[in-house]
Amino acid sequence: MLEINDLWVDINGDQVLKGVDLTIPRGETHVLFGKNGSGKSSLLMTIMGFRRYKVRQGRISFKGEDITQMPIDERAKMGIGLAFQRPPSIKGVKTRDVFDICNSNSVSCEDLADKFEFSELLERELNVGFSGGEMKKSELLQLLLQDPELVMLDEPESGVDLENLKILGKAINKLLQKYLWRTRAKSGLVISHLGFILNYIEADAGYVLMDGRIHCRGNPRELFKGIQRHGYQECVKCQR
Amino acid sequence: MSEVRRNRAELARDKKATFGADVDLLQYQILAEDQTKALDLDNLTTEDREKIIQSGVDLEENNRAGTFLQTDHRIVHCAAKQPGLEVLPMAQALEEHPWLEELYWQAVPVDADKYTAQAELHFQNGYFIRALEGQQVATPVQACLYMKHESTAQNVHNIIIAEEGSELNIITGCATAPSLQSGLHIGISEFYVRRGAKLTFAMIHDWAKDVVVRPRSGIVVEEDGLFLSNYVSLKPVRSLQMYPTTRLTGPGAVARFHSILVAPPGCELDTGARVVLEAPHTRAEIISRTLTTGGVIKARGHLRGLEKDVKAHLECHGLILSDQGIIHAIPELEGHKAGVEMSHEAAVGKIAEEEIEYLMARGLTEEEATATIVRGFLNVQIEGLPPELQARVDLAIEESEKSML
Repeated sequence: MLEINDLWVDINGDQVLKGVDLTIPRGETHVLFGKNGSGKSSLLMTIMGFRRYKVRQGRISFKGEDITQMPIDERAKMGIGLAFQRPPSIKGVKTRDVFDICNSNSVSCEDLADKFEFSELLERELNVGFSGGEMKKSELLQLLLQDPELVMLDEPESGVDLENLKILGKAINKLLQKYLWRTRAKSGLVISHLGFILNYIEADAGYVLMDGRIHCRGNPRELFKGIQRHGYQECVKCQR
Repeated sequence: MSEVRRNRAELARDKKATFGADVDLLQYQILAEDQTKALDLDNLTTEDREKIIQSGVDLEENNRAGTFLQTDHRIVHCAAKQPGLEVLPMAQALEEHPWLEELYWQAVPVDADKYTAQAELHFQNGYFIRALEGQQVATPVQACLYMKHESTAQNVHNIIIAEEGSELNIITGCATAPSLQSGLHIGISEFYVRRGAKLTFAMIHDWAKDVVVRPRSGIVVEEDGLFLSNYVSLKPVRSLQMYPTTRLTGPGAVARFHSILVAPPGCELDTGARVVLEAPHTRAEIISRTLTTGGVIKARGHLRGLEKDVKAHLECHGLILSDQGIIHAIPELEGHKAGVEMSHEAAVGKIAEEEIEYLMARGLTEEEATATIVRGFLNVQIEGLPPELQARVDLAIEESEKSML
């Protein structure tokens, strides 16, 4: 589904990714761990095509097509979706209008909002005065409406209380088709700091990103346990 | 009295205005009074009808409590359909109500500048709209000042009164005939909101490329009165300058101004609102959204708090969509007593790239994303504005969106 080869990226001349290789087959979900500033969000933003992230070397291909230079909206239309870590507030634009933009399958926004306890926020301006949890929920519901084949989640659990975490978990389940096994068609790339998200997804592989490079690959739960026990420094040494 | 006024106007005949480009009044012909040919709604041309409808006037007068329509210097239609409401041409109102002399030129000085002077010296009617004491005129009254004659000046004087405890809602559209290229519009508007009355006013301007516009407005709001103004100018106009002054004279008086301005290339808009909070517990809000696609905008605002326990806020947001455009926000706060609470917020810039890209990640093209953000930026919901007036404003924005981008 997604294949990244030797990806080098900079922002305003600062190198943020230094030769990343990554392959996510159809139906698999991979998890990215790493310290703040290690390049995790930059990788997701680059895959989505944000213009600040300049690809200096390497290639990104999606469903067999080279998308390295493709505009953001075309990538979205091909089936890539991103739930932002810190989405912008857009004054005057109602959340409902953005939901309508995302709605690719004519799903009822009301029903969806109702199911995820979001109805009151539909008429509000997008992210204006939203709490951290409300923003994350808004992001996930937008992705549910967009129904992408590659689901990228940038720290979906940060700033979310435990009660809402369950509701978000339900949304993530649905997005990544956790309930399916052999026939699962959705792929995922998820950034996590706290590891809570591992309880809500079927993660197939995990990576530790350090200083713009992938240092460690393995079973995501084991990796996370290792990080909890020994910190990220061990990952640098291990070079798995 | 009228002689004193005339003399003051004579002395101000060449007095330049404080703001805005100076206009050579002699460039514009002043049409003489001509009552020989009566005008009415039936003998408007199809294109005039269309343009007038576009400016927000319902010619069938459905869902309107009254109508006033003036073309150049001639009254086309004037009617009040509800008891307790008066809609009259100004000349007739002055004849019928001798007391009106007391209010005439009270909220706007006759010698403020050459434009007020011209409106006095070459008076060409205008409207008088009044809700009588305690009358609730919830259905909007519509007024339209239409310019048709090439290179002429239209000098009108309007007075609007919401008497004690009344409610009055007005939609005004000012527009020009499609063939008209150049002209000068001078509009004096004096608003009197009496004790406990509510007056809402939505004005939509749709001028031609070479029209110069100099409205001069003054508003007086008494105790517990409420004045809401929503002003929209989205189409090209060569030069528009106005800076209405509102006096909140009684405790609990409230004024809110919302304006939405778009300046295409070649357009100069110098507008704002000034509110003087003269009594305790008065409140004011001035909010503007300005957008340039190549024109120049000066967005002014001035709040003067003269008494304690007053509360006021000023907000100017400007969006620059072209490097040729300029937006100059000039917010002023002036407090004279301890205990005034006044604030302002001004921001001028281009659309954040981050916002465009965010919407692109949801599948919109760059143009669609920009249009969505611009629409949101201009979408000012004015608290307390009747739905008919808000719908009219929303429609004006929607219609001009395509040409704007």
